[in-house]
Amino acid sequence: MSEQQYIEFYSECRDMIMSKSTAVMNNERDKAFELFKQYGFPSQKVERYKYTDVDKAFAPNYGILFTPLGIAPSSYIFSLKDAPKDMTAYYNRLADTSDGITLLNTMLAHECLLIYVPKNTKVEKPINVDNWIRGAVPSMMNRRLLVVLESGADATVIVGDHATDQQAFLTTQVVEVFCHDNSRLDLYEIEETTPGMNRFSNVYIHTENDCNVRHSCITLHNGTTRNLCDVSMEGQYTEVTLNGCAIASATQHIDNNTLIRHIAPNCTSNELYKYVVDEQAVGAFAGKILVEKDAQKTSSQETNNNLCASPEARMYSQPMLEIYADDVKCAHGSTVGVMDETALFYMRQRGIPEEQARMLLKNAFMGQVIDQISYEPLRSKLYVKVEKRFLGELEKCKTCNLCK
Amino acid sequence: MPNEFVKKVAEEKYKFGFTTDIQTEIIDKGLNEDVVRLISQKKGEPDWLLEFRLKAFRYWKDQKAPSWGHLRLPEIDYQDISYYADPTRKQQQSENKEIDPELMKTFDKLGIPLEERMALSGMAVDAVMDSVSVKTTFKEKLAEKNIIFCSISEAVKNHPDLVRKHLGSVVPYRDNYFAALNSAVFSDGSFVYIPENTRCPMELSTYFRINARNTGQFERTLIVCESGSYVSYLEGCTAPMRDENQLHAAIVEIVVMDNAEVKYSTVQNWYPGDSEGKGGVLNLVTKRGLLKGHHSKLSWTQVETGSAITWKYPSCVLQGDDSQAEFYSVAVTNNYQQADTGTKMIHLGKRTKSTIISKGISAGKSENSYRGLVKVGKQADGSRNYSSCDSLLLGSECGAHTFPYMDVQNNNATVEHEATTSKISEDQLLYCNQRGISTEEAVGLIVNGYAKDVLNKLPMEFAVEAQKLLSVSLEGTVG
Repeated sequence: MSEQQYIEFYSECRDMIMSKSTAVMNNERDKAFELFKQYGFPSQKVERYKYTDVDKAFAPNYGILFTPLGIAPSSYIFSLKDAPKDMTAYYNRLADTSDGITLLNTMLAHECLLIYVPKNTKVEKPINVDNWIRGAVPSMMNRRLLVVLESGADATVIVGDHATDQQAFLTTQVVEVFCHDNSRLDLYEIEETTPGMNRFSNVYIHTENDCNVRHSCITLHNGTTRNLCDVSMEGQYTEVTLNGCAIASATQHIDNNTLIRHIAPNCTSNELYKYVVDEQAVGAFAGKILVEKDAQKTSSQETNNNLCASPEARMYSQPMLEIYADDVKCAHGSTVGVMDETALFYMRQRGIPEEQARMLLKNAFMGQVIDQISYEPLRSKLYVKVEKRFLGELEKCKTCNLCK
Repeated sequence: MPNEFVKKVAEEKYKFGFTTDIQTEIIDKGLNEDVVRLISQKKGEPDWLLEFRLKAFRYWKDQKAPSWGHLRLPEIDYQDISYYADPTRKQQQSENKEIDPELMKTFDKLGIPLEERMALSGMAVDAVMDSVSVKTTFKEKLAEKNIIFCSISEAVKNHPDLVRKHLGSVVPYRDNYFAALNSAVFSDGSFVYIPENTRCPMELSTYFRINARNTGQFERTLIVCESGSYVSYLEGCTAPMRDENQLHAAIVEIVVMDNAEVKYSTVQNWYPGDSEGKGGVLNLVTKRGLLKGHHSKLSWTQVETGSAITWKYPSCVLQGDDSQAEFYSVAVTNNYQQADTGTKMIHLGKRTKSTIISKGISAGKSENSYRGLVKVGKQADGSRNYSSCDSLLLGSECGAHTFPYMDVQNNNATVEHEATTSKISEDQLLYCNQRGISTEEAVGLIVNGYAKDVLNKLPMEFAVEAQKLLSVSLEGTVG
């Protein structure tokens, strides 16, 4: 039971954390602590945590980091302390108060990055959020991100997750996204970390009328990753797209868990997640589309395609539909398969070595997800990165310049 | 009074809801070791079987009822149920070999051919009422081919070695809560043994009927099909209309050897409760087939229209190389019925193949879920699975859900799953209406067409019944 050390830590350091933080965040802390004591970490018997051993990841004794945020001057990015308006109505309002990891994050996060886009404003350049973790001892970081798009706002946010040093790291991340009427958001999460990394990211998205939201979750290199993405579509005529690309090899573990709740009628959701699992890696995908009683005229499509590239690799796939409205069109499809031998043969006939032919196929397989990235510079960068990843050139410490 | 008329029609919908007034010997309510011993003693069972029951009971006692289904399962008071009811008791005492005419009438009313005069139907039947098998027909004819078809109690007496070898080998008593309960208190069921290289000349069929009040039905079926043999087995069931829920927790075990083939078809029509959701049978069943031999084949076909709650996953363990399994299901829920059903395909042998076709239809205020697992083990090279689960929604207050689980540990296997959920297309309805077909009829037509893939897999006699059942179950869902 690894909760105990966090309970003790919080009891001891509560005042220290509070002194580094702001009232909006401090107001939520004790409530979260009480609930955390009650629920603890979810075990693998909890349906949504079936495929990841939370207890194991949180058991080691980590040094908890309270690194301050570094923010380049901008009119849209703030620390919650310097928010342009009171954020009480937003902070911790979407987060699931029965999820042990979200609760722990609410207890321990001392700073929150706020992206606030005012009414009818289009942010021309994408907003980059880069998280770096490094250290000589096992360390833990609790990150918090709040994105608020006022009506008619338009933004692209790219969150990069990096780690250096061959050390055990643990990060928890809670992202809350509010999209008011007629707003548009492109949110990318790109993970390139080390095998020692344990990443637990929970993203909560709320949409109102006429929004367009895309969330892309790309895992290129990692240790143990567990991403959760919950979307509640509370306004009409909104379109939500969730895309994911996961490449795992060695003993990496990637678990993506999504839930799209159609609450209001006339909305559309699309979901496409693709995995390539190689060597002894484990991939897991569980996506649920829930259509509530009043969400008539919902249209939803969920697709999960997976490639198992080695005999030891393991893939779990669980695409789910839960539907309470009758005038809907929902479909899901899922495949776990092998590389097309005839395609390989075709290429080899034309003088392409087998190794390279396999590479081409894997690239083309992932290409379907990357193609959908609307921000062109990122798309081209990812084509190269995905290719490098399959070639094994993306190993950390080979490409990173941080310690050189 | 129009209301009276409506009420009458509504009650008529479940036409098997009558009760038979027959003297039935029922043991006292409650469940403890003495009850388990009493059941065993009443059936005159050998010690090893009593031991098996007691082990299962002791295990069950320490278990908690599962709650993970997408169901609102009412609290079941296991001490408030009688675990043994015997409608044939009276005549046994009077040493009369004839079946009680009341019993006979019951099965006549249900359309079950117990008399050899019904030989034209060409089907061997084992009829089970409450805890006891009433009669098995065509036994002699089957015996000519060395096929054993009898109630499991008889099999325990006459073929103890066979029963002992296979009982619990596919569904061990530790498998789940309800399997443990069944293993402790199971009453009657059918036993089928097909010797090597024999093609069973007729369809074998078991008909289950719950009659007595406050009793549970805990039947146990065991089918063993030796190398190179074939059998087609049908199962049907009904129960009277009662206000309280009745528990039905059965186990079906099937063993299929090299090159053998078993077809198992079910038309499940237990009493579904009234239109207010009161009463009905709780159908909590464990069904599993073990494809032990190479090139063995097993297919499950089920049409689920009855029961207040259906919670079952007829499964296949594909252990033999090149074995094939199929699962075809139509599940209809109406009013307050709930179903959480599907299958498990566990691929262990090389080049094993499985197909899952599931059609869910929900109407009224019902909930219909498909839940299925496809697991491909490390050794199952070249395995293949295809699953397709469609749901049809008739009405705005019902729910249709799909929860597929895929677990693949092999890089040389292909697993595919697709599912769709939609309502009946307005265009199709309009097309029918234009041609003078009423909306109600049109829905019936469309639903039957939708379920055709599965209905086609049923043996002739059942297909007709199933088609009728479908339209009856959906009566009154439109307009």
